[in-house]
Amino acid sequence: MAEPRTRIAFRGGGFVLGNRRWAPWIAFVIIIAGWEAASLSGLLPALFMPAPHEVIAALRDLVNSGKLGNHIGASLYRVLVGWALGTSCGLVAGFAMGVFSMARAAGLPVVAALFPIPKIALLPLLILWFGIGEPSKVATIALGVFFPTVVSTFSAVDAVPRNLIRMAQSFGLGMPDILRKVVWPGALPGILAGFRISSSIALILLVSAEMIGTQVGIGAFILGAGNLMQTDQLVAGVVLLSILGLAISFLLSLAEKTLLRWR
Amino acid sequence: MRLLLRQVGHHYADLPVLEDISLDVAQGETVAIIGPSGCGKSTLLNLVGGLLPLQQGSIETLGAPPPGCLNPLTFVFQDFALLPWRDVAGNVALALEHHDLSRVERDARIQDVLALCGLSDFAKALPKQLSGGMRQRVGIARAIAVRPAVLLMDEPLSALDAQTRELLMEDLLAIWGRERTTTLYVTHNLAEAVRLADRVMVLSRRPGKVKTIIGIPIPVLERGKPQHAAALAALQEDLWQSIKIEAQVADREMLGEAQHG
Repeated sequence: MAEPRTRIAFRGGGFVLGNRRWAPWIAFVIIIAGWEAASLSGLLPALFMPAPHEVIAALRDLVNSGKLGNHIGASLYRVLVGWALGTSCGLVAGFAMGVFSMARAAGLPVVAALFPIPKIALLPLLILWFGIGEPSKVATIALGVFFPTVVSTFSAVDAVPRNLIRMAQSFGLGMPDILRKVVWPGALPGILAGFRISSSIALILLVSAEMIGTQVGIGAFILGAGNLMQTDQLVAGVVLLSILGLAISFLLSLAEKTLLRWR
Repeated sequence: MRLLLRQVGHHYADLPVLEDISLDVAQGETVAIIGPSGCGKSTLLNLVGGLLPLQQGSIETLGAPPPGCLNPLTFVFQDFALLPWRDVAGNVALALEHHDLSRVERDARIQDVLALCGLSDFAKALPKQLSGGMRQRVGIARAIAVRPAVLLMDEPLSALDAQTRELLMEDLLAIWGRERTTTLYVTHNLAEAVRLADRVMVLSRRPGKVKTIIGIPIPVLERGKPQHAAALAALQEDLWQSIKIEAQVADREMLGEAQHG
């Protein structure tokens, strides 16, 4: 009698994520088309949720009236200055905590105590200190960005393989050389990942800060449109924020591609 | 350059790891250090290389380093310890950049050691693009680029497959033949020890003490020849017998420690 013959079935498929460059575009098209259809059919009342074509018209008006530049310019200034300030201070503090025992012992409890405080709650205090103008808004963003940057930098420095540091020491490299040639590049992936988080936090704080005591900026524009029930302009402001977020994310991806080519 | 160890001891907190280690290593000699897991082989190497502070005894070098020596005591690591963001030439350059060398001198040294280690065609490759054997060649090239007086090799071949290990052992013999460096070579692999070393120092289980030091009477460059295979196998068996019981006890001890946290 012949022995049973069984064809071996492939069972190793799945769990491998491929690159689908077209997928995000299709997702956007589906969402916007569904939204437009729901608006046209009356499922979404125009008063509460404008149709995409109305939002596009509101954006066009913003461009034509010249207000877009003012709002985006003011927001970009606040977010860039605040983020740069908070990030640079956070990098220095995080690096020190990652490298020096004293800085770590002293800094960790302070960071743990202050990190969870919603920084927008400090805005009234910052207005008292710096006035209602730009410095209080920039300081809110800087403060909000500082703590996550400290944490991500500290963790990234801590995660640099100790064998690489030992190797550098064994070849007689001094502390500055080890920090520059081993620790900094080794920590860079974690630091850049932290930038993604801190830039999102900066955007959230930007909008919150712009809703108090200012007439210019995307946050102020959204608040003003909401007060007047101009939902098309309100959503146009939200779209602007989304575009700003995407632009920041694109720039960070570019930085990662350039600086982390070795990965 | 000679290496003199006198009554070296070391402990981590309350745990004694090494006790009363004395050893003289002659200029150009290779001494392999073997022993059960946890007996302090790597600790001893780190003490000699200055990566751990000396607690007991003395460790000294005797004699002048060779001409052009930039780092008398130089390590080759088990895990290669290559910077993943630097290419092969950049990893070798790391060991030279902080020294007072002209660009031309530095490049010449890099080209020289890359050629010696068969890496000339891979100068621009990143570590992730290399096999394990090639990565360790980079580690060795980086070490000899500083023209060390003493090479401290911490299980340099243990992360490699058997074939690559064989090839690299031959490369090491060729390099030592040219450079005449004094070498301390920590290994778990007894075949490696009898193939490469002039003498083998056997450590007892923790705290590691010198149990015996065995000389290998066959000239290093002749050990690959078939007529010496039986003698080398016998030496390897002697070494195994000298550590077998202790290795078993050490294994049980480490298992017990792991279970009791």
